[in-house]
Amino acid sequence: MTSVAKQYARDWLGGIGRGTILCQEIVASLLKAEPRWRDVIYQMYFIGVKSQSVVALTGAFTGMALCAQTAIQFHKVKMDTATLAVVSVGMGSELGPVLTGLMVAGRVGAAVAAELGTMRVTEQIDALRTLAANPIDYLVVPRFLATLLVMPLLTAGSICLGILAAYLVAVYLLGINQTYLWYNMKHYTDTNDMLTGMIKTFIFGGIVAVIACYKGLNCPQGAEGVGKATTETVVFASITILISNFFLTMVLQKLLP
Amino acid sequence: MIEVRDLKKRFGPLPVLQGVNFSIQSGEAITIIGVSGGGKSVLLKHLVGLITPDSGQVLIDGQDIAPMDERELVPIRRKFGMLFQGAALFDSMTVEENVAFVLNRERKYTADEIATRVAEALDWVGLDGTQKKKPAELSGGMRKRVGLARAVIYRPEILLYDEPTTGLDPIASDTIDHLIIRVVEKLKATSIAVTHDMRSARRIGQRILMLHEGRIYADQKPDELFKSQDPVIYRFVNGISEMKKYAEL
Repeated sequence: MTSVAKQYARDWLGGIGRGTILCQEIVASLLKAEPRWRDVIYQMYFIGVKSQSVVALTGAFTGMALCAQTAIQFHKVKMDTATLAVVSVGMGSELGPVLTGLMVAGRVGAAVAAELGTMRVTEQIDALRTLAANPIDYLVVPRFLATLLVMPLLTAGSICLGILAAYLVAVYLLGINQTYLWYNMKHYTDTNDMLTGMIKTFIFGGIVAVIACYKGLNCPQGAEGVGKATTETVVFASITILISNFFLTMVLQKLLP
Repeated sequence: MIEVRDLKKRFGPLPVLQGVNFSIQSGEAITIIGVSGGGKSVLLKHLVGLITPDSGQVLIDGQDIAPMDERELVPIRRKFGMLFQGAALFDSMTVEENVAFVLNRERKYTADEIATRVAEALDWVGLDGTQKKKPAELSGGMRKRVGLARAVIYRPEILLYDEPTTGLDPIASDTIDHLIIRVVEKLKATSIAVTHDMRSARRIGQRILMLHEGRIYADQKPDELFKSQDPVIYRFVNGISEMKKYAEL
């Protein structure tokens, strides 16, 4: 039992170390080599445009559910018109970035890990290296930059759709006065709430890209290895997003009160 | 010139290379033979810096590549071309994009120049006209030939072949052998092939190194090696397993 725990701890610490080295290599690549913008744009299309529908759907229905739940509770204390303010702040600073991060981890993180993992087990990454192409410059940096750039856009879309859907539910389904609803939302939603969400989603994008690339590049051999890398990417990225979200909330509340 | 000095590598508790020493002159054609799982591919990957040794030196034209990082290795790797066991073609690209990979990255050729050179390289391996195909549409032998075209298009000084004929039928194997011989003759490149195909080893190697128990056990010309009465060499080149001995008992 002790040896198993020791091995687990050793693997875990080794993983943290290799992940840190990958981050350092990404920074070094950004400083030393010009990114391949054509690849970055292609990845932005794959990661951003192709994820739009799933992220939009998640944002819209989360906004609607949050609105319905909040309105029912607020109705008890005659605060119905504050419903959209709660949805706006909630979506902007917490649910928008977190849910977008989780959806991108599931859709994009898994795809990136599977693609790089397959390239590793079929020696395509070794082939890249023998052709004097650095896999960090060629494969990792475009995916990393693309994820960083599209995450705030995806999150902004998700937040807007969430608020819009919540507004429609509040006005047309629950019959709340639209003027006060809109006024309260604008009054109680601060720029810092949205800024908090944007900072978070930027960081979540980095987390998803680094974990997916790390798992793909260090994928064990065989089809089982690719499957394992894919699953671990989704699990680790999701857990890391949820845990880091708490600490980011605490820090950003101090920095952006 | 390539020189390997006291190269050691282990994976976990398993020692794979236990002190490998040899040197290869420019323009030589070398074959490395040995049992499957004996470390031949690991040794080959050390030569191009794909694996970092635990200890020892790999000298390429006098430069030790063992302590170099990925960026320092880039100019060294420009001297190499490598044909992988499964060809390792980029499956998201067409045959043309695979073969032109290095030329496209160098950004000093026009699209017409690249297209001409790709056509020449593919014609040379007998596959002109397959430019627009994806690797998944090709047979194993064709993939290896495309891999060879990709490796030779930029005229490297050193060519490495990892099990070039494994998994191919005898006709496809013969084609690959002839192409490798032509590369050596035409490009005057140093050629190092890892194989356990004895017919291929005999034909493409001017000198054969036998890797046994993590060390170079024999370093001889093909005719000498195939006539050797040393029990380890004799059993390997003639494919005599331990099972035969037990059966006789």
